[in-house]
Amino acid sequence: MSTLESIVIIGAGHTGGRAAEALRGAGFAGRVVLVGEESHLPYERPPLSKELLAGTMELEKVTLNPESYYDENNIQLLLGISAQEIELGLGRVRLSDDTDVAFDKLMIATGGRVRRLACPGADLHGVYYIRDINDTLLLRPELRDGVRVAVIGGGFIGLEVAATARRRGCHVTVIELADQVLARVADPAVGALVADIHHAEGVHIVTGASVERIEGDAEVAEVICTDGETLEVDVVVVGIGILPNQEIAAEAGIACGPKGTQGGIKVDEFGHTSAANVYAAGDVAFHYNPILKRHLRLESWGNAQNSAIAVARNMVLDPVAYAEVPWFWSDQFDLNLQVAGAPETWDRLVVRGDPAAKKGIVFYMTGDRVVGATAFNQGREMRFLKKLVETGAPVDDSALADEGKRLRDIAG
Amino acid sequence: MAAHLVAKTSEIAEDEAKKVIIGDQHVAVFNLGGEFYATDDICTHAYASLSEGYIEDGCVECPLHAGRFDIKTGKAQGVPVTEDIKTFPVRVDGDNVYVEI
Ligand SMILES: Cc1cc2nc3c(=O)[nH]c(=O)nc-3n(C[C@H](O)[C@H](O)[C@H](O)COP(=O)(O)OP(=O)(O)OC[C@H]3O[C@@H](n4cnc5c(N)ncnc54)[C@H](O)[C@@H]3O)c2cc1C
Repeated sequence: MSTLESIVIIGAGHTGGRAAEALRGAGFAGRVVLVGEESHLPYERPPLSKELLAGTMELEKVTLNPESYYDENNIQLLLGISAQEIELGLGRVRLSDDTDVAFDKLMIATGGRVRRLACPGADLHGVYYIRDINDTLLLRPELRDGVRVAVIGGGFIGLEVAATARRRGCHVTVIELADQVLARVADPAVGALVADIHHAEGVHIVTGASVERIEGDAEVAEVICTDGETLEVDVVVVGIGILPNQEIAAEAGIACGPKGTQGGIKVDEFGHTSAANVYAAGDVAFHYNPILKRHLRLESWGNAQNSAIAVARNMVLDPVAYAEVPWFWSDQFDLNLQVAGAPETWDRLVVRGDPAAKKGIVFYMTGDRVVGATAFNQGREMRFLKKLVETGAPVDDSALADEGKRLRDIAG
Repeated sequence: MAAHLVAKTSEIAEDEAKKVIIGDQHVAVFNLGGEFYATDDICTHAYASLSEGYIEDGCVECPLHAGRFDIKTGKAQGVPVTEDIKTFPVRVDGDNVYVEI
């Protein structure tokens, strides 16, 4: 190891927290400073739309490590403070409390912020978003028995909120702009399977429509959809995606991907940005994946954890490429959905088991290769699904569809 | 502590597990190379059933978030799991598997 003195991490979310831990795990003995805008210790976000929103999980359970961990490992936490500017030439970061902190190496783990609804009435009281703990704690008491909830956006977050609200006795309508839920991330047939699970639980789903305006005196009262439908509501929850917090890098002249949801800070397979000694990981990183042979940005717990660990190690040890098959999960009602891969195109699907009955797998195929898979309550098979995507080994549709043939054997 | 009959040895194949509920305690009973072990069935990280996990090299991998535990000792094997899982003594008598709780 070099004589490195100081590593600063901007963003004390899941990625920042795991990165600090991994630096110590790799034996780095210099200074580690973790700067976070939120006042909370680094935590995991998945429960925010699930158990924490449902009220079935304790708040402490979402934190990665207790406060004592940071003391014991000499990790300096600057919480409630945001980084304002990266001064590359001077090797320091200017902070919101008018101080600055010097770095020899820097990790940017600033994640993303929610896209806001722009229609008239979007700022009325009763319109909620979910990205951080405070959002969840604000929304939770509103989700009471009989409350009418409109969820804008039928992506994973929207559907999870819909499921949690439904379980709390709310009347829930999901409004999705595309023709099917999960349109951005799944085949319409997979979206339809998930939509049917929601229908069976009593969730109302409106597709092919967006919100034209929200009406009400101070409080939300009605959502008027572009297809003319009017919903009487008590609560609106918006889940229409996130924008990567890349500005701080872009302003320092660090290369970023295209603007908007697809953007992010551009890094190579080692997590290195275009600037010397500056790295990025997690939701904000538009990273090169050697397995998929392209750059992509992922918004997933697995990527937050594993890219943080890989990139942190690369900052202090001999670099090893971060090369994993993308992995995501979602819990809705009694369905645990897990996704391997991030295919952009495919030519057909192969079904194994009975996903409609919440036990099965849908494979995304290109030629004789599996390019992605969605598992319905089949977590145990994930390692084989990832392996199939990773190796790209030729497989027979009939073997994949045959539950008598173990995936472990097919994946080899 | 009382011994509870939880399975026949033939019921749980090698590197497989069975879930049983004793009182309010969810227990995963594992067969590792013909030896039987029992742990809490619920992962310490999130609500998931370890008996539905993948078993390899004496460890069980949680089906939800891939946290791994050593089945014999209950030791958490690293992120995301930090808290060990409880283990319970197991006794095999003929072809009966008992867990002591
Ligand atoms: C409600 C919800 C549910 C989810 N469920 C799942 C799921 O079931 N499965 C799954 O795989 N993934 C899920 N995810 C995604 C997963 O949580 C994210 O991918 C992960 O949180 C990304 O971690 P991150 O640290 O890169 O970014 P973030 O979690 O966004 O953390 C970034 C942190 O940086 C801080 N920050 C930003 N700018 C600055 C600055 N200039 N200075 C200082 N601090 C700054 C932010 O305040 C934030 O705390 C979910 C996300 C949400 C919001």
